[in-house]
Amino acid sequence: MAPVLEVSGLSTVFHTRRGLVRAVQDVSFSVNAGETLAIVGESGCGKTITALSLMQLIPRPPGEIVSGSVKVDGTDLLKLSEPEMRKMRGGKIAMIFQEPMTALNPLMTVGKQITEMVMLHDKLPKSAARTRAVEMLHHVRIPEPERRAKEYPHQMSGGMRQRAMIAMALACKPKVLVADEPTTALDVTIQAQILDLIGDLQREFGTAVVLITHDLGVVAETANRVVVMYAGRKVEEASVTDLFANPLHPYPRGLLGSIPRVGSARGLDVSPDERLREISGMVPALNDLPPGCAFAPRCSQADARCHAQVPPFEMKQNDHFAACWQA
Amino acid sequence: MLSYLIRRLLLMIVTLFGVSIAIFLLLRIVPGNIADILFDSAGLIDPAEKKKIIADLGLDLPLPMQYWQWLNGLLHGDLGFSYVSEKPVIDEILPRIPITARLAGLAMTFAIAAGVPLGVISAVRQNSKLDYALRVLSLSGLSMPAFWLGLLILMACVRWFGTIPIYDRAPETFGAWLAMLAIPAAAVGFRSSALIMRLTRSSMLEVLRQDFVRTAKSKGLSDTAVTYDHALRNALLPVITTIGVETAFLLGGLIVTETVFNIPGVARFLVEAIRWRDYPMVQNLVMFIAVVVVTVNLIVDLLYMLVDPRIRYSE
Repeated sequence: MAPVLEVSGLSTVFHTRRGLVRAVQDVSFSVNAGETLAIVGESGCGKTITALSLMQLIPRPPGEIVSGSVKVDGTDLLKLSEPEMRKMRGGKIAMIFQEPMTALNPLMTVGKQITEMVMLHDKLPKSAARTRAVEMLHHVRIPEPERRAKEYPHQMSGGMRQRAMIAMALACKPKVLVADEPTTALDVTIQAQILDLIGDLQREFGTAVVLITHDLGVVAETANRVVVMYAGRKVEEASVTDLFANPLHPYPRGLLGSIPRVGSARGLDVSPDERLREISGMVPALNDLPPGCAFAPRCSQADARCHAQVPPFEMKQNDHFAACWQA
Repeated sequence: MLSYLIRRLLLMIVTLFGVSIAIFLLLRIVPGNIADILFDSAGLIDPAEKKKIIADLGLDLPLPMQYWQWLNGLLHGDLGFSYVSEKPVIDEILPRIPITARLAGLAMTFAIAAGVPLGVISAVRQNSKLDYALRVLSLSGLSMPAFWLGLLILMACVRWFGTIPIYDRAPETFGAWLAMLAIPAAAVGFRSSALIMRLTRSSMLEVLRQDFVRTAKSKGLSDTAVTYDHALRNALLPVITTIGVETAFLLGGLIVTETVFNIPGVARFLVEAIRWRDYPMVQNLVMFIAVVVVTVNLIVDLLYMLVDPRIRYSE
């Protein structure tokens, strides 16, 4: 099966007063229909910029996509003109955002916000588009969709708004859904519901999902494959099971080590005074990256080569890739 | 909604009551009254005659008494007589209202029609040469008093056309009417348009950075749809409030502009009345202006509710 989304060699930079910020460097991945790829990393690692680059929503200037290709169903989005790209946005590739509280227009009813998009992409008359909007709200399990469609975002709860957001993103049945931290702003119970919902709709529509998150719990629950990013680069890529069982790069190893396990705090299987392991040091500034591996200054295994040369991203085990001299 | 309206109307009455006391007292603090001025200008010196005038006009009564007489008359629709023309105040004011109303309306229309679109353009093209030019222009608009700008315009008219727009009580066509009022309206509306432009710009810049604008873009909407349907409506909320406040400033600006351009409206008439200490005239004119300002602000607040569902539904 040919992948629906194929990203290769994507590099995005920002021209700022403090110099060139390399937010995303040489990032490649592909996602098949119905599959979920998670992009993981801490704040500032370039995962949101990757997502915005896919949508071509990078503010230009100061941002610029300097190289690479983003193919959706074989069409390279980076080669499209702005009007052509507008047809793809929302139609073929849609996005949901982190903050459901602010991502919807407060002065427009939820129904209108979905209708507007359906009319644009599917060229439906207003009444048919409206019917579709209500259907979509029903689909994302919003009770009384007819009435809710006439409501404004402030009349809905956070979870409800995120559902409406998902309804909007999927209203035109896009091939690719980019979800940027879709559950971060929600309560834990609502988080699970939203993730289930995305999973169910994905199976139903065969959507390829790119899930951006910093939450490894979410990754374990929903993703098929995982890309770990650090300082704008991919450092590891593997299936979820491989990554959790056997992380090769010291950065994801550190990330996994920093998650508290149930029981560890109560001293059931470990000593009660065991501390969570943290990754010492700070993420390097993206306009002042070290010459070698960006993680080397924080890495306990780093040697002279790590500090001098950027490690190649290569297959270390069967279908398990990493960029590390030591792995 | 209804309870809100009732509350606002009650508040309006309290405000107007406060205004009536303020204007009444302020007028009495200003030294001299009509009798002093008449005697000074005419060179009369008979104290008995002066006393008679003061008694005739009721100016010898204690202040609370005078205030009560005015307020009582006002509540019964009797505005009293002008000291100067000795005609009923209502007959003096009424014919002048449409003149000022048209000028103010035209000025405000000009201010909004110029300020809002220019503000949007300036925000969308932030930091472009056009943006800088518009910002300098608007800053000059804020710093220039309307009367001075009016004088400059008059001088420019004389220099280039050899004539100035003369006020004509009954212009024949709408075009002639517009041509006659356009320059004074622009002079007095320039400040408001500058303020509205700057506010629209900053408000737009803030809104354009918000998440829902990015959402709108991610839906594939065109730049025009994103700017006007999504961003501008949100950006206009603070602008609407300012338009209400600006109306009060506008009426203040009109006083001088009407004098400079020799337009026989309410505002210039007020200056005349103050010069003569024509108490009934001044008091009632100021009350009238206060009613207009308070009403405009009420309308603005209602408009705000209409535009913003968050306010509509929390009531």
